[in-house]
Amino acid sequence: METPIKKMNTTSKANERIAIAVIWAAAIFVLALLVSIIVHILFNGLPYITWEFLTQIPRNMGRDGGVSSTIVGTFLITIVAIAIALPMGIGTAFYLAEYTRENIVTKIIRFSAESLAGIPSIVYGLFGFIFFVISLDLGWSILSGGLTLALMILPTIIRTSEEAIRAVPVVFREVSYSLGATKFQTIFKAVFPSAMRGIVNGTILSIGRCVAETAAVILTAGSALRMPSSLSSPTRTMAVHFYILAREGISMENAYGTAALIMIIIFLINIVANTIVNRFIAKSR
Amino acid sequence: MRLPKKYIPLSMAAGIKKALALACCLSLLCSCSNKGNLSVIVAGSTSVQPYAEILAEEFAILYPGSEIDVQGGGSSAGIQAAETRTADIGMSSRHLKESEEAVLHSFEIAKDGLAMIVHPDNPLDNLSLDDVRAIYAQEATLWSDMGGNGHKIHLITREEGSGTRSAFEELVMGTSVISPKAIVQDSNGAVKQLVSNDRNSIGFISLGLVDGTVKALKLDGSAPSIENVLNGTYNLHRPFIFVTSDEPQGEAKEFIDFVMGQHGQELLAKEGLIPPEKGD
Amino acid sequence: MNSNSEKLSHAVFFALALSSISALVLITVFILVQGAPIIAEIGLFKFVFGMTWAPLKGEFGIFPMIVGSVSATIGAAILGVPIGICCAIFLAEFAPPLMRNIFRPAIQLLAGIPSVVYGFWGLIFIVPSIRDHLGGPGLSILAGSIILAIMILPTVISITEVSILALPSSYKEGALALGLNRWQTISSVILPAAKSGIIAAVILGIGRAIGETMAVIMVLGNAVALPESVLDPVRTLTTNIGIEMGYAVGAHRQALFATGIVLFVIIMVLNTTAQYIARRK
Repeated sequence: METPIKKMNTTSKANERIAIAVIWAAAIFVLALLVSIIVHILFNGLPYITWEFLTQIPRNMGRDGGVSSTIVGTFLITIVAIAIALPMGIGTAFYLAEYTRENIVTKIIRFSAESLAGIPSIVYGLFGFIFFVISLDLGWSILSGGLTLALMILPTIIRTSEEAIRAVPVVFREVSYSLGATKFQTIFKAVFPSAMRGIVNGTILSIGRCVAETAAVILTAGSALRMPSSLSSPTRTMAVHFYILAREGISMENAYGTAALIMIIIFLINIVANTIVNRFIAKSR
Repeated sequence: MRLPKKYIPLSMAAGIKKALALACCLSLLCSCSNKGNLSVIVAGSTSVQPYAEILAEEFAILYPGSEIDVQGGGSSAGIQAAETRTADIGMSSRHLKESEEAVLHSFEIAKDGLAMIVHPDNPLDNLSLDDVRAIYAQEATLWSDMGGNGHKIHLITREEGSGTRSAFEELVMGTSVISPKAIVQDSNGAVKQLVSNDRNSIGFISLGLVDGTVKALKLDGSAPSIENVLNGTYNLHRPFIFVTSDEPQGEAKEFIDFVMGQHGQELLAKEGLIPPEKGD
Repeated sequence: MNSNSEKLSHAVFFALALSSISALVLITVFILVQGAPIIAEIGLFKFVFGMTWAPLKGEFGIFPMIVGSVSATIGAAILGVPIGICCAIFLAEFAPPLMRNIFRPAIQLLAGIPSVVYGFWGLIFIVPSIRDHLGGPGLSILAGSIILAIMILPTVISITEVSILALPSSYKEGALALGLNRWQTISSVILPAAKSGIIAAVILGIGRAIGETMAVIMVLGNAVALPESVLDPVRTLTTNIGIEMGYAVGAHRQALFATGIVLFVIIMVLNTTAQYIARRK
């Protein structure tokens, strides 16, 4: 009787050791990999990020000069995309969560949002290129790029906002109604502030996607190096600039510098957004 | 039970809404008021693009306030963009088809040689056109077939629709077909980078881009050089063409005149391109 | 007055929802309308199972690219999923706070890095080492799989971790109280209980891998031929669009939209499966 149990215990102990060792090994391996990618880019890129790099227009195909026009281009495209997608997405989410019961229409909206969230960005690029650039004759422009990205991030914003709104406890609404508030007041005073965190998180995620996107942008906003003069100017975003510099072998120094800059910007966006959310939540309590 | 304080969230929400509404209006306004923007859009061949960018930069120095935007896209896209007037000037790195020639104004701005390139360590210096064709059709798959070592040849080609590829097909392949097993890269720079890293590879790029990282092969004993293109012994070359759908006007005309003029041609020659045939 | 503003706000929300759904429907319909004619002309079977892609000669067969997409994605799943799940278990159950505090932001940051940076990194480190140690041109299914595996790690890790953390603590306490050791608790209680979340994580990761474009353009080699080994170059459906879109006119462009339809359907099926599994708790 004793031996098999003892045997089982020793094998299960051995199994546990092996399993835990494997898990630790995998985690350390991945962490090392992640850190090495980040360090590789920063180590090779940071030395080139100087004041001139940030403030000068690329010259000589990007071999010389800085990346200022690509920073402006990235910023403008992201603003256009967010300015269009955010009201639409949040409005849709409120409509789904607060104004309708489950019916066929909400199911269709939700299904299309969920399916379109996973569609490859290149397909959005394909659509944007033919629809905005050619059919609507907007040309390669910040507007075409921003509209395309707006469509790309819309499903994500709808989904994350709706989840955040649904997560707000029903009592919030009940108390608000019992105080005599109308539905609209309830939504804006009780539900919206509580859902703010989730909505902001979704927005940050979307901003990150806009900044990092290459495939859809290169087809719709073009790859012009000049400082954009209006929203109908073509432009080159930082991610596209990196791609072209690295791909064509034009300048590895500036390519690394651009990549490091993108990483820093994404890092800053995360920090700033988190701070805003935390401060806002602290205030509203 | 916590309820958020009443007024702060409201004002915040209203503020956000107002800002968004403002942003939307602004974006619409900008797009409307600037639709008539006068920038000249030059789009097309990625082979011509770097040179066009250099020309546009110099042009901007000579004519302050000028706005030339240079885009990639590819030769066919550039020609189509010029036809549909999406671009003011299209760039092509291949000869125009007859149907295209009929509706477009074309300006040959330069000639560019095509160089067959291999890794600098490759012992070969010379291939015949027939050899190149055999390699790309994968009738010959080992370097030893060409007198080199016994490794497999790694073919690198450009994508369908590339002017560089169609020039190569026209000048080298004839009726043969590039093997579908060939690696496809979407730019001259990418081909060059790969070849400079892989001892067993072969590719073709713009002659103007050849540098010490790769070795340009002689073809039938003739070295790829500007002189040999001009004296007719090196036949692998194609034109760089600007196309417009109307007789160019205004800034587009000034730019083309600048490119075709002495200053522009000197810049192109400095970058390793070959002057176009006169009387085009 | 109140009821008026109520009506107004209702109308505004309805209008926003309507514009969203019309935008989403517009994309779907547009892509179908652009791509369907060429599929009808060639025939679905010949398009999907055709072996030759020579758009300028009018031959549109995308089977090699379907094989390319599927093989690179399966490779990414084989490499990335087990490691990702191990990391999620580590983060949820074993990680000391310090490591967790480095790990999570690193994953967040990596999820935000442009895919082109991964492609470039792969071109510099992965491709040459495959070429030197394993042979072939280096640009290969293997290289693509490794890069895609790294790219899907954030998705797999974070969703798996969330689904493990969402389990009631009574599961774990009960198992430990029954005398199971930590590994037995994980393998026989926690993982089965979190199964649906984990499967959803894997499917979403696979969706990301299939949809990736720029990184794989750089490391996969883009040859339109059936691969014979993992060291051969392939082209995926996404890279086919990415490489040729700028050039395409007429039937060629329609064929790229048709490629988009095929991608659309694949992702649709994957997502629906993921949602179905995630909801069937």
